[in-house]
Amino acid sequence: MIRVEGLSFRHHHAPRAVVEDVSFTVDNGRIAVLLGPNGSGKTTLFKCIAGLWKSCGGTVRLDGRETDGLSFRERALLLALVPQDHTPPFPYTALETVLMGRAPHVGLYASPSARDVDKARAALETVGVGHLADRPYTRVSGGERQLILIARALAQESPILLLDEPTSHLDFRNQHAVLSWVRRVAGDKGLTVLMTLHDPNLAAHFAHQVVLLKEGCVIADGIPEQVLNEGSLEQLYGVGIGTVADAGRRLFYPRSA
Amino acid sequence: MRTKTVLIIAAPFLAALLSLFLGAYGISPLQVLSALRDGLAGVDSPETAIILDIRLPRIVLAGLAGLALATSGATLQAVLRNPLVDPFILGISSGAAFGCDLTIGFAPFIPLQAAAFLGGGLAVLVACLIARTGDGGMSRLSLVLSGVIVSAFFSAMVSLIKFFVEPMKLQSIVFWLMGSFSLAEWSQARSAGIGILLGCVPVLLLRWRLNVISMGDEEARAMGINVSRKRVVFIAAATLAATSAVAVSGIIGWVGLMVPHLVRMLAGPDHRRLIPLTMAGGATFMILADTVARNLTDFDIPVGIITAVAGAPFFVYLMKRNGKECWGR
Repeated sequence: MIRVEGLSFRHHHAPRAVVEDVSFTVDNGRIAVLLGPNGSGKTTLFKCIAGLWKSCGGTVRLDGRETDGLSFRERALLLALVPQDHTPPFPYTALETVLMGRAPHVGLYASPSARDVDKARAALETVGVGHLADRPYTRVSGGERQLILIARALAQESPILLLDEPTSHLDFRNQHAVLSWVRRVAGDKGLTVLMTLHDPNLAAHFAHQVVLLKEGCVIADGIPEQVLNEGSLEQLYGVGIGTVADAGRRLFYPRSA
Repeated sequence: MRTKTVLIIAAPFLAALLSLFLGAYGISPLQVLSALRDGLAGVDSPETAIILDIRLPRIVLAGLAGLALATSGATLQAVLRNPLVDPFILGISSGAAFGCDLTIGFAPFIPLQAAAFLGGGLAVLVACLIARTGDGGMSRLSLVLSGVIVSAFFSAMVSLIKFFVEPMKLQSIVFWLMGSFSLAEWSQARSAGIGILLGCVPVLLLRWRLNVISMGDEEARAMGINVSRKRVVFIAAATLAATSAVAVSGIIGWVGLMVPHLVRMLAGPDHRRLIPLTMAGGATFMILADTVARNLTDFDIPVGIITAVAGAPFFVYLMKRNGKECWGR
């Protein structure tokens, strides 16, 4: 469970808070999606929840534990982060990359054990990329790389998973493929998931809960059927929104653009 | 993979054996072996003295220095996420040289090793502070450039010392600066060995974490690593290893850059393998370079010249090969 209460963040000397008095709760085993235009404070909120930025006002509780004062290791055991696509400086293999997720479980002067390697392999298998284990992580496709990063977070064995725009560098097919894996794995393992997305249609399809963030404030929070409609999305993105319905699904599109 | 590993680990010992057989004073391989046996038995002979008191300490010292510089380079490349740095490029070597020269010239009561560590530590601190941007990040290019700045500054300070120091001391400073093992003694191997051991053992023990840290601060923190604390430990250890080598050998550049890259090409980037293999590779490279230095001509060429002749083109190769990847964020 993720419980955020009164979270605020202001950069030094900045006139306005990036995130202002944000509160919401994600129940155990649910997938929540944070939607908001660029600059709405999604990334900031994420970094505060993940504990990467200090001096965020308010409280964050992960599975009932207040995160203030937790060490990085203790926090990593509660919460795993899947970063946006990035280029590492060295071409580690997929397996070596996933193994890094075992860091909070490995003793101070130790290296990962055979058991850790087994868990890393299993995590790769879980998201269907076991065959990439020995491939350099820099030489796989964007979708495969995202799955490897998700496997790394799974290897961490934390009950809460944060994904920072997991679809931002992916093509149409891979966006759906990656999110399907997230939904499947989260369901199988009972993980609580919070992710940021840019596409309300993906949110409508994959989320149990949607939180709309505008200018650092939550303007709506609830199940997708309630929260996602023309009015709320127009307010969120500042453009006219149209809807088409087909085969029981609603699809949103920007009308003015 | 396993054969390759065994070969790399065995390489420094083979190089040392080869180096033992070669030298200005012609001694046949058989004589070398009998001198080793005599030495163990405590029999004195000119050959025994040459082998045990001149060639062997020099080989051990070269091996230790190569091991230290290469390990230091591999560590710095990982914690700073920058494949283009090593103790020489970051200015650690110049800083250490400044510390040593100051000691040789004006304060002979300060141990050389301590002076080298303080100078090198100051240099790496300043280089990182200059390269730091407002948001706490560090671009690869600016880190290399600030290393150039720090190097240039400390080189100027060294020149200043040379200008003011007595002629007798000037000679020893100039010779020492060129980077050479020609005056190697067992006592030097011992004093450098302690610092090198203290620097390299923590790196060896913590080496897997270099993988995690090299992914970037935020990711490593999200995986439970206290990056700031670990980085200080790694940089201090790398500095201690490198400056301990500089204190006995002067400035020998490029080894710390070249060896980790060569090992990465052979055995991949995983630091669990990379660090021990880099240690072996660094020792091998330096023993061979020093063997060339003392056998190439009738003179004992400073080994720093040999490594620079090999290293500068290698840097160009790395730059061209990695292109944008190297200079980007």
